[in-house]
Amino acid sequence: MIELESLSAHFGNAAALRDANLQIRRGDRLGIVGESGSGKTMLALCLMGMAPDSAHLTGRLSIDGRDMATATERDWRQMRSRRVAMVFQEPMAALNPLRRVGDTVMEPMLLHENLSRAEARARALSLFEEVGILNPEQRLRQFPHEMSGGQRQRVLIALALACNPALLIADEPTTALDANVALRITDLLQRLARERDMALVFISHDLAAVARATQEIVVMYGGDMVERGPTAEVLATPQHPYTKGLLGARPDPAEAGRDANGKRRRLPTIPGSVPPLHGLPQGCRFAGRCPVELAHCADQRPVFTPTEPGRGAACHLLSETGHD
Amino acid sequence: MRRLPANFLLGAVLVSIVVGIAALSLIWTPHDPQTMSISTKFAPPSATHWLGTDQLGRDVVAQLMAAARNSMTVALVAVLLGGSIGVALGLLASALGGWVEDGVMRLADLGFAFPALLFAIMLAAVFGPSLTNAVLAISFINIPIFARVTRASANQIWTRDYVAAARAAGRGRFAISRDHILPNIAAAIIVQATIEFAVAILAEAALSYLGLGAQPPASSWGRMLSEAQTLMYLAPQLAIYPGLCIVTAVLGFGLLGDGLRDITDPRLVRAR
Repeated sequence: MIELESLSAHFGNAAALRDANLQIRRGDRLGIVGESGSGKTMLALCLMGMAPDSAHLTGRLSIDGRDMATATERDWRQMRSRRVAMVFQEPMAALNPLRRVGDTVMEPMLLHENLSRAEARARALSLFEEVGILNPEQRLRQFPHEMSGGQRQRVLIALALACNPALLIADEPTTALDANVALRITDLLQRLARERDMALVFISHDLAAVARATQEIVVMYGGDMVERGPTAEVLATPQHPYTKGLLGARPDPAEAGRDANGKRRRLPTIPGSVPPLHGLPQGCRFAGRCPVELAHCADQRPVFTPTEPGRGAACHLLSETGHD
Repeated sequence: MRRLPANFLLGAVLVSIVVGIAALSLIWTPHDPQTMSISTKFAPPSATHWLGTDQLGRDVVAQLMAAARNSMTVALVAVLLGGSIGVALGLLASALGGWVEDGVMRLADLGFAFPALLFAIMLAAVFGPSLTNAVLAISFINIPIFARVTRASANQIWTRDYVAAARAAGRGRFAISRDHILPNIAAAIIVQATIEFAVAILAEAALSYLGLGAQPPASSWGRMLSEAQTLMYLAPQLAIYPGLCIVTAVLGFGLLGDGLRDITDPRLVRAR
């Protein structure tokens, strides 16, 4: 349904996304994790045809067999909402403060499907019910400032579902929400994808949320897809040092508190921080921060090495020592 | 309810008075503003002529009221006409970006570089002095002002997530401009329009003073001023009254605009 083949996005010489390969089929639930600046959002914007004008795209991107890498804004507008839709990170900012939320949700229906206002309203109402908004009749007439963050995120999900898209992209949908609400939104997205047989791309740096919502996972770092595979397996037995680092940096309640000497334990971290785009090493993007770095890591780009069907990582350790 | 700023309140009062008088002149003036009566020229204030009469025996109050109406009409048409074109150009520039944006903004710079009154004088020289040409000239100088304000405000709104969400819903740039950008920059445009209203009143008075605006027998504060100029030693009050009217109207709209900006600009609210 949607295929990316070595899709890259360059800003001048800096690559925000490097050779992304991806196939998304109906019903797939795919998680994309990585820290800020890893290219997650860039990837999502590419899937929506909304990469900034200053980004230079190369490679292939096809939706329903149609090449969209060179498509015009006009072509993309036909795809958006009907084939691909997106839920944004900040529910507080992603709704026009001067429009009633019902009107916002009805907008794409009136635009793409020539529904009458009454029909659109009826569909908006049933969408509000589907995404779990209480008193949907009354909510349709409200303005964003009258709603809580979780409610607004549900409105945005309803907006994304308005024209029954084949793929829903959720770009850090839970980052701005408190833990309890985040959990419920995660479950909602997962349920909607299953019930509607819709593909879901769930972008997050919350590994627990990704584990809950997705079947497959792609780990990104510095614009590269460094590891991928079934979510449970990747999280249980990570193969790329970066994934290991990410998992190691999770707070573990069992080990929290104080160690034997009564000292407060520190949360393990990955040393250093993501360098700016133009400062990334040419070889493995993770070189310089990697705990098991080889001599040629910084200069030579590791190829993606499959370790099992549907699973693999891009790391020199894997290609050198065989399947580990 | 927060206390309204003083400049807003004072501006609102002055504007209400001026607009109220202009509106009243539509249905009632104490005398006909054009009726001359040479026998009662330069009459002092009295029960029949509250502010006296001018050199042709016309009632000053009636003339000031009719002039207020003309002045308001000119300013309203000029701001609406110039403002609409300017806002449309600004939205267009902001929506399309690239060379369109550069082109529109350089044209606006050109408009700014040209002295407004000089342009109006040129227009009068070419097409003949008339109130219509004065309105067109004042409209024209409003275009670049509104284009700039609109583009600057619109560019900020284009970066908002709800605009991205509207794009993700498949809406086009023009529909987004109309439904999402314009309502969210309306406050800035209204503030600018109020301030430009004051500028337009002043410009109309100046053009009429130079004989390039309202033509006799139409009443105008500017023209009353220029006629009174030759009689300064004989009847200084004839120059003072229209002068006070101009000051009141310009000050009123200027203060109202400033006050509105103080109210609508959240950055200033926090600073206070």
